[in-house]
Amino acid sequence: MHGRLKVKTSEEQAEAKRLEREQKLKLYQSATQAIFQKRQAGELDESVLELTSQILGANPDFATLWNCRREVLQQLEAQKSPEELAALVKAELVFLESCLRVNPKSYGTWHHRCWLLGRLPEPNWARELELCARFLEVDERNFHCWDYRRFVAAQAAVPPAEELAFTDSLITRNFSNYSSWHYRSCLLPQLHPQPDSSPQGRLPEDVLLKELELVQNAFFTDPNDQSAWFYHRWLLGRADPQDALRCLHVSRDEACVTISFSRPLLVGSGTETLLLVADQSPLIVEWRTPDGRNRPSHVWLCDLPAASLSDQLPQHTFRVIWTAGDAQKECVLLKGRREAWCRDSATDEQLFRCELSVEKSTVLQSELKSCKELQELEPENKWCLLTIILLMRALDPLLYEKETLQYFQTLKAVDPMRAAYLDDLRSKFLLENSVLKMEYAEVRVLHLAHKDLTVLCHLEQLLLVTHLDLSHNRLRTLPPALAALRCLQVLQASDNSIESLDGVANLPQLQELSLCNNRLQQPAALQSLASCPRLALLDLQGNPLCQEGGILDHLAKLLPSVRSILT
Amino acid sequence: MADNLPTEFDVVIIGTGLPESILAAACSRSGHRVLHVDSRSYYGGNWASFSFSGLLSWLKEYQQNGDTEEETAAAWQDLIHETEEAIALCKKDETIQHTEVFCYASQNSGDSVHEIGALQKNASSVASSTFTEPLPSAELPEERHSYVTNNEMPAKHASESDSKISVEEGDVEESPEKEKYCGDKTCIHPGSDGDKVENKPIVDDDNNQLKRNVITYHQMVQESRRFNIDLVSKLLYSQGSLIDLLIKSNVSHYAEFKNVTRILAFREGKVEQVPCSRADVFNSKELTMVEKRVLMKFLTFCLDYEQHPGEYQDFQQCLFSEFLKTKKLTPNLQHFILHSIAMTSESSCTTLDGLKATKNFLQCLGRFGNTPFLFPLYGQGEIPQCFCRMCAVFGGIYCLRHTIQCLVVDKESRRCKAVIDRFGQRINADYFIVEDSYLNKETCSDVQYKQISRAVLITDQSILKADSDQQISILIVPPVEPGASSVRVIELCSSTMTCMKDTYLVHLTCESSKTAREDLESVVKKLFTPLTETEVDKEELRKPSLLWALYFNMRDSSGVSRSSYCGLPCNVYVCSGPDSGLGSEHAVKLAETMFQEIFPSEEFCPPPPNPEDIIFDGDDKQADAPGTHTTTVANLESPEESKKLESPLQS
Repeated sequence: MHGRLKVKTSEEQAEAKRLEREQKLKLYQSATQAIFQKRQAGELDESVLELTSQILGANPDFATLWNCRREVLQQLEAQKSPEELAALVKAELVFLESCLRVNPKSYGTWHHRCWLLGRLPEPNWARELELCARFLEVDERNFHCWDYRRFVAAQAAVPPAEELAFTDSLITRNFSNYSSWHYRSCLLPQLHPQPDSSPQGRLPEDVLLKELELVQNAFFTDPNDQSAWFYHRWLLGRADPQDALRCLHVSRDEACVTISFSRPLLVGSGTETLLLVADQSPLIVEWRTPDGRNRPSHVWLCDLPAASLSDQLPQHTFRVIWTAGDAQKECVLLKGRREAWCRDSATDEQLFRCELSVEKSTVLQSELKSCKELQELEPENKWCLLTIILLMRALDPLLYEKETLQYFQTLKAVDPMRAAYLDDLRSKFLLENSVLKMEYAEVRVLHLAHKDLTVLCHLEQLLLVTHLDLSHNRLRTLPPALAALRCLQVLQASDNSIESLDGVANLPQLQELSLCNNRLQQPAALQSLASCPRLALLDLQGNPLCQEGGILDHLAKLLPSVRSILT
Repeated sequence: MADNLPTEFDVVIIGTGLPESILAAACSRSGHRVLHVDSRSYYGGNWASFSFSGLLSWLKEYQQNGDTEEETAAAWQDLIHETEEAIALCKKDETIQHTEVFCYASQNSGDSVHEIGALQKNASSVASSTFTEPLPSAELPEERHSYVTNNEMPAKHASESDSKISVEEGDVEESPEKEKYCGDKTCIHPGSDGDKVENKPIVDDDNNQLKRNVITYHQMVQESRRFNIDLVSKLLYSQGSLIDLLIKSNVSHYAEFKNVTRILAFREGKVEQVPCSRADVFNSKELTMVEKRVLMKFLTFCLDYEQHPGEYQDFQQCLFSEFLKTKKLTPNLQHFILHSIAMTSESSCTTLDGLKATKNFLQCLGRFGNTPFLFPLYGQGEIPQCFCRMCAVFGGIYCLRHTIQCLVVDKESRRCKAVIDRFGQRINADYFIVEDSYLNKETCSDVQYKQISRAVLITDQSILKADSDQQISILIVPPVEPGASSVRVIELCSSTMTCMKDTYLVHLTCESSKTAREDLESVVKKLFTPLTETEVDKEELRKPSLLWALYFNMRDSSGVSRSSYCGLPCNVYVCSGPDSGLGSEHAVKLAETMFQEIFPSEEFCPPPPNPEDIIFDGDDKQADAPGTHTTTVANLESPEESKKLESPLQS
């Protein structure tokens, strides 16, 4: 019968396909070669545009060729008339769009579009916004396109409210969309600027409550979707603590001034400038970090010139001025006193709540309530458990301490993959609580024994501590940051798993150190102790290195100034 | 013309309903010579869709109760040889009963002409004034016998700029009822967001800004062609076997679809939207946070319930409704799941069946949109026609209005050899496929049929108002007394190309227990009020008004087993008419099973070859045939053709 379709066999098809591929490869290679030759010869003309478009049209990820095109376009800009240029640009935009259709996630293509639009005298931003909308319609999570949209919106000065409505519409379609939530976090502070006095980036309460409801809808619908939880976390606490000088300490014995910042900084010429004024006259001093490495650090110290301290005068006034941070601290060293200090209290400043920094505790309370409700329905949801812990800390770390520890236990059971992270987080919270308790008690003794600590943090807050008990924990090291404890006299760190003592160095006041039942293997690990001038008592019982023959002699040689070493 | 009809075929198919059309496409695609006939003047049998006037004519035909018996039929008794016997086919269609029509819209045509004339200044007024007859008589064209050969059909396709090709075009007689506004069709390219497409008859543009315009009967008749009223009301499950078949066979290229936009529930006298997808739950303002979680949790469980036998094992034999009560679901959520998502019966569905149904619903979500269903633009009647087109492209021959008088059976082999048509022509074939309604009373004497109750309503507004008035909704109304059948309501908006602007086409379907009106009227009264002249004060609270209503019962032959028919030769296969189910799964399964019985070694509707893989036959006598064929196939491939039924890219 006529008219019936006859179809090639599969062998014929395969052969045809193979030939086609071979042909394609040949073309691709010859075009690439031609482009590179022309580039080398400096022939940057329209023929290069034509050749590169052949290849980029098929493979938009060939970054070098985009560079070639930019070189050509720059060259042509100088040679062509405005009309010719306009035609060129128009063609380029159309070509870019066709490349984006080939691969909507090509870095090179989006970048080239940015570059091109940035050079145009009168770019058509409305068209670009429409392009973004169309690409996001197809794939609402294409972050390349989101990036480009932010660029366009910024250039075209699109009102933030319009962009916010756009994110609304995409979140309505599918709320698993990091890009969309993130964009909200950029737009909302722009839409609701806060007065200068309040912390940057916070939202007015009514806006905040509306956002919280939206994000709650998301995590009640799908509590395993991370994007909503991350946005929730941003809503509750994204304000960075303000830069501050936290503490100033002056020691007569060491003739030394120590300060601590709220964040690691690099002090020195050309970076942050610190002025030290003693009794109204500025002193020229050399700032250094406790470990002597002079890298960005919370804690900086300097030696005082001998002339600046006198036992005869009734008092000395020291003032440190941090010009860039617009902060200063002052303290008075009285006659007969060995030290003086001035510091911000962790309790007053609610120092450790900054990770969730919504001031209104009613908001936090209601968030805690709904999270607990969710947790009842989803007892094994890790995001919910973690958020509950964070909310409790923001509300009152000491009041909720016991409950928090229970949630940590549940969380570790449901999320064993992150057990070590959770141990460290737990250690951090316990340490913060202990610091708060110490400050309430107005003592300089910090008890951290039997707390299952795995890591030490916030050591810069412990500048004034004289006695520190770390025994019966799970510490594996005494970290370099421990060198910040300039006043430490007694350090108990028995019954841990300590292998290294890097942090126990240059501690001017340290007299006693217990390290019983740890994992110190080599006498060399104790090398750093030699830099602690007053160390008199060292207890090393129950460490592997005690088994070595002649260990006492060895140690006596290594640490000649230590009066008593127990092995 | 009749002389030209070949007399040798491999397969003769009688009836152009969905299963028959799928079989026709499958057989033709496999290279068998197919003759596909229907005694009616339109495609689809009881699966057809009609314009408003077309439906009126259709009704008239049933109400006249078979007076149409033609006088010209040639005597066939003389044509039977001695070694043969004949099985006569039924001359009268008895599948439709109890038709009742109610018109609430104003029938005063003078009024409406005046109104239209007063409101419109452009060409439309000309259109309205040229229309003089308020009630057109049946527009069935005069009897004329015609058929299409395979090579003519593609040639027509190639010459068409219109992306939408309807099977009637070409040499097949055009029935005016089925003709559509071609100008409209070309401009419709629904994207993923179907809301944007709107059927905008130019005529009505000036009316846009006016207050609620009461549609008159006259207007409905005038705009008759805007209507495509389905006899069976069905939807396509996005992951159902019909969609899979449409995609696999490329038949999808002939049709366009829209997503059903809303799943509704009727609870405590109120229509509300059922949140069923993740996005719906997230956006719902009605559910509390906890309800959101509980619902999502239950739905997620249903998606892979087989993996959690512990959750339902103890309830396997219990009622699904009882099982739901143990799941902390609030009453509204239980209602949503039972009636709107699983769409099962409260008093008879077991837990296992309920879970299966829920899973099926959920698996269909998200493939093409936020609900699990698709609706074919221009009505359900398009689907059988699409398969017919595929059949024709591969050489099948079509004859409408072609009555087959009898099957000729060889006495010795007990096989059917041929059929004799109304012109007394004998047509030989190896296999015969006959739709149930064509079989005579003797053959069906032992058959017990079920019935489907149907109502077709034309209303003036949606049963649930929303931001957009272009919504396609499905609503299940549970029975008042337990044990009765629930009523399925499908509301179509004008952008589905099934009704005129400012109206909604509402289909009600249930399994019959009495006549259609008795079965369905109570639900109609709950949801709608008859159109009244006086405006109700509170426009917001007003129920939608009925403009026009039709009730009828349709035979449901889907449950009939082959062995119930007496005396049929083994090479005669029977296709059933439409079933009452929501999807067309039954028809697809029937066609596939039958095809595999007839041609066990052949693939069922394989994808057509790529255009570049086609080699043209040197024997082809037609000089222009090669070009014709390429364009045909290329035409099928062109993206403008339709909303492509492919899984959206997962990001």
